Amino acid sequence: MNAILQAHALSKRYGQRQALVDCTLELPPGHVVGLVGPNGAGKTTLLKIACGMLAPTTGRIEVLGEQPNGAAVQLARVGYVAQGTPTYASLSVADHLKFGAKMNPAWDAKLAQARIEQLGLNPKQKAGKLSGGQRAQLALTVAVAKRPELLILDEPVASLDPLARRDFLRHLMESVAEHDTSVILSSHLVSDLERVCDYLVVLVSSHVRLAGETDDLLAQHHRIVCTRRQESDLPVGLKVISAEHTDRQSTFVVRSESELPAGDWSAERLELEDLVLTYLEWPVDHGAGSAGTPMQPTGEAQ
Amino acid sequence: MIDFHVDARSGMAPYLQIVRQVRQALLLGLLTEGDKLPTVKEVVAKVAINPNTVSKAYRELEHLGLAAGKPGVGTFITQSLGHASLTEHGPLQQELRAWMDKARAAGLTEPGIEAMFQNTLRESAEEEK
Repeated sequence: MNAILQAHALSKRYGQRQALVDCTLELPPGHVVGLVGPNGAGKTTLLKIACGMLAPTTGRIEVLGEQPNGAAVQLARVGYVAQGTPTYASLSVADHLKFGAKMNPAWDAKLAQARIEQLGLNPKQKAGKLSGGQRAQLALTVAVAKRPELLILDEPVASLDPLARRDFLRHLMESVAEHDTSVILSSHLVSDLERVCDYLVVLVSSHVRLAGETDDLLAQHHRIVCTRRQESDLPVGLKVISAEHTDRQSTFVVRSESELPAGDWSAERLELEDLVLTYLEWPVDHGAGSAGTPMQPTGEAQ
Repeated sequence: MIDFHVDARSGMAPYLQIVRQVRQALLLGLLTEGDKLPTVKEVVAKVAINPNTVSKAYRELEHLGLAAGKPGVGTFITQSLGHASLTEHGPLQQELRAWMDKARAAGLTEPGIEAMFQNTLRESAEEEK
């Protein structure tokens, strides 16, 4: 199967500022991909490049097998909901659907109508009078009724209250289940994504730090606690993501492609949120080539 | 029809949580042979989880021989688990509870207890064969 998004050494610079650096990614189809990272990590830049709204400074990218260029044919295949789930305040719900139908050759009017009814939205209501949750649902409806192969959502739930958030994600997942759409959605909160994403990309300071299927990532990472020792004393094959030491104890978060070997330590799986936070807190590629370096007193002795 | 719930904080992969909930429903007699499981779409529209998670859980149930998918119709339970429901085994559960209290008193922690339980379960299953 072909990747929905393939990026090779992709970079974007705004003047002096690097918004995205050397981003290489291959996202398989049929997934709900969560793009996580702190604010300013480059999430929006990557998503805008993916739907052809921004050109990369260097590097290559293909989305659904084509270079994003903003051409109508490709726009029809990719549904994009920008940050803040924009709608037109002075247009009614029905106007939004009419507009969508005009702009999109594959518009599914029946689907759009059914969703508006299901949501209990009044077609005559002006979008400006809708609640934040309703506006987000309207923007999703317009994007979904295009019947895109790929749906790109930038921080879709950031501004919603918890109930509206859950509602939005329920509808999104229902539509994914029904139409087999691939989805990329970004968030600065892992908790928003962990239920719905089965593929995760972690972006830190303009770099891709981690990418993979969520279940694999969870299975490969462990937190091990042992008597104080150096990273180099750990068995080979363990990639150290974080290391903290007290005067008698060491705590490592390690990644192992194969099953974690037994050792004189206690090992536990990490929750997705802890896993992501570890990568955010330890931004430098730790472990690789660091074997044999002296132990740094990274954690205060307690 | 049963409802699923998924706890992101449980440390157990969501698809395994669904498998476990089906197993438990079978043990408790909430599900029996011939019952239809909710469709993937129904589950995700209610629980807001990834559709692949549900598909994966259903595949695992098929692999375990507990359910079978009929294309275009749905996934059905093919087997009832256990002849008596768990509630009829109250005394057994009390013994297990007493053992756990003993294990804790002996200084075993929860992961230790779980590991010992799992190991012993595996050993006894292997001897049965």
